[in-house]
Amino acid sequence: MPCSKQRTIEKANDAALDLLLHRKSIEYRIRLLGYIRKAQAGHTGGSLSCVDILNVLYNCVLNVSPETADDPRRDRYIQSKGHSVEALYVVLADRGFFPESDLETLCRFRSPYVGHPTRKIRGIEHNTGALGHGLAFGAGAALAGKMDRLGYRVFVLLGDGELAEGSNWESMMTAAHYGLDNLTAIVDRNQLQITGRTEEVCALESLVDKFTAFGWSVREVDGHNVRALREVLCAVPFEVGRPSAVIAHTVKGKGVSFMEHDVKWHHGVPSDEEYQRAIEELRAQLEEAER
Amino acid sequence: MSGAAAMETAKANLDVFSETLLALARSNRNILVVTSDSRGSGRLVPFAKALPEQIIEVGIAEQNLVGIAAGLASAGKIVFAVSPGSFLTARSLEQIKNDVCYSDHPVKLVGISSGVSYGALGSTHHSLHDLAVLRAIPNCTVVVPADNFETAEAVKAAAEMTHPVFLRFGKRPMPPLHRPGTTFTVGKSLLVREGNDLAFIATGETVVQAAGACDLLAQEGISARLLSMHTVKPLDEEAVLQAAQECGAVITVEEHSCAGGLGEACAAVLMQAGVSVPFRIVGFPDEETVSGSQLDIMAYYGISPEGLAETARTLLNRKRL
Repeated sequence: MPCSKQRTIEKANDAALDLLLHRKSIEYRIRLLGYIRKAQAGHTGGSLSCVDILNVLYNCVLNVSPETADDPRRDRYIQSKGHSVEALYVVLADRGFFPESDLETLCRFRSPYVGHPTRKIRGIEHNTGALGHGLAFGAGAALAGKMDRLGYRVFVLLGDGELAEGSNWESMMTAAHYGLDNLTAIVDRNQLQITGRTEEVCALESLVDKFTAFGWSVREVDGHNVRALREVLCAVPFEVGRPSAVIAHTVKGKGVSFMEHDVKWHHGVPSDEEYQRAIEELRAQLEEAER
Repeated sequence: MSGAAAMETAKANLDVFSETLLALARSNRNILVVTSDSRGSGRLVPFAKALPEQIIEVGIAEQNLVGIAAGLASAGKIVFAVSPGSFLTARSLEQIKNDVCYSDHPVKLVGISSGVSYGALGSTHHSLHDLAVLRAIPNCTVVVPADNFETAEAVKAAAEMTHPVFLRFGKRPMPPLHRPGTTFTVGKSLLVREGNDLAFIATGETVVQAAGACDLLAQEGISARLLSMHTVKPLDEEAVLQAAQECGAVITVEEHSCAGGLGEACAAVLMQAGVSVPFRIVGFPDEETVSGSQLDIMAYYGISPEGLAETARTLLNRKRL
């Protein structure tokens, strides 16, 4: 159900779609926690914070599927905050890019499902993990799309802590200079990085003003409200001739009460007891959603 | 070809690079140049005038340059990322490692004014680490052409390559080293001088200096072999072993630090094969480099016909012991 320029999502189906997406997000959270626990490795907090964004992208926005993963006209998604690959893996598996059972090998010896995205996995566009790389790559892919008039769009997910890397700002300048309105940057603005609050480590605000000053068209959104995400991500480009930035306000560790807003879950792995508590909370949310 | 006649036809490899690229790009609009405010120093002004739609300027932003090049290459473009060698391979090293080599996007990384081409500008502008760092990155072919012929062939080969490649060019006119009809193959060295008393294995613009040394030595009855090892990685190991076994003494020459460059690559091949012959690495020592013209700096470190001939005599004395 891609929201290509030709397609408008039926208003009548909005509520049903929102419920479906909301449930999917909870299921994704349950699954990714399971794989992180099994692997005894992963970036738990940041994966949980970007689940809703990935959910909406892959189920409502991106014009890409396992069958079109090599099609030159496909939309591109680049996860610059490669740390949260567990969220990407479960969403890609759910969309049929690979069997979900493959994820049993996550982070195991010689498994292709390593702790950061790699192109060995169908559906993954670029190897990331080192921060500050995705936006330049995305700008290059968007530029090629413009040159070839292929009409595809490029979406890059950035971590907020990642924005301290100067390479991002180089790429922002280039994207604006070339008027790449087929490029959208989404910032997973969960306010936390490994050491603590972004505003204490290296202040980012005002982020909207920064993107705007660099020539981007910016909108803010609740990064856990699937309808708001759907509306904003289906509305790109916000302005013809400008790249779009979406500041998605999120919660690190979203969905698990004792993980939310707590930096210890940046790459914390839950113990058996913590895992059980987390799953119980998420299952309760699922039941609530079904009522 | 005589020295005077040779110099008449000599051009800077950088000029040959830009001319060859322009000729290729005229017939293939998928060929793009991405540059970081370097179209002048990269001799790309004619390219920009002729094919303005095929050159992308990113400003002085080397990390961005390489990332954008990778993104363009991922969408099927044949991308030459052109920037001064020092900045391209130091400032963007992580982008080269991850966005290009690890991700296997076939970007052609072009280090211009490499080595000590910017000699008088000081160490910030000297690129004496690039071969070492790029040798250590998997999936990166490293080609350092010696003369105009090698340059043109290397550019044509790079355009066809489906994996990452680094090309390195200097600014000084280079006399021709090869006979017409010579075949250039990435990964295979070229024999510049025949000889069996000792072997020079040189790369890039130092091949010319080593050829001068061979001529001086010939006047003394010493026959020195000279290989142009234009491809530093993958190394032509067979030619290195053959040179050591047939000549009994080897001198490597490079416009690069002695640490991690051609010399250490050749030494590793010989040691691991159990071949022990008198051996010298001529390059730049692990210290702050002097400044001056490219030729003056190279001569200071023994990379001149006279300096290399003297090293050869020393080594021959050891060989005779």
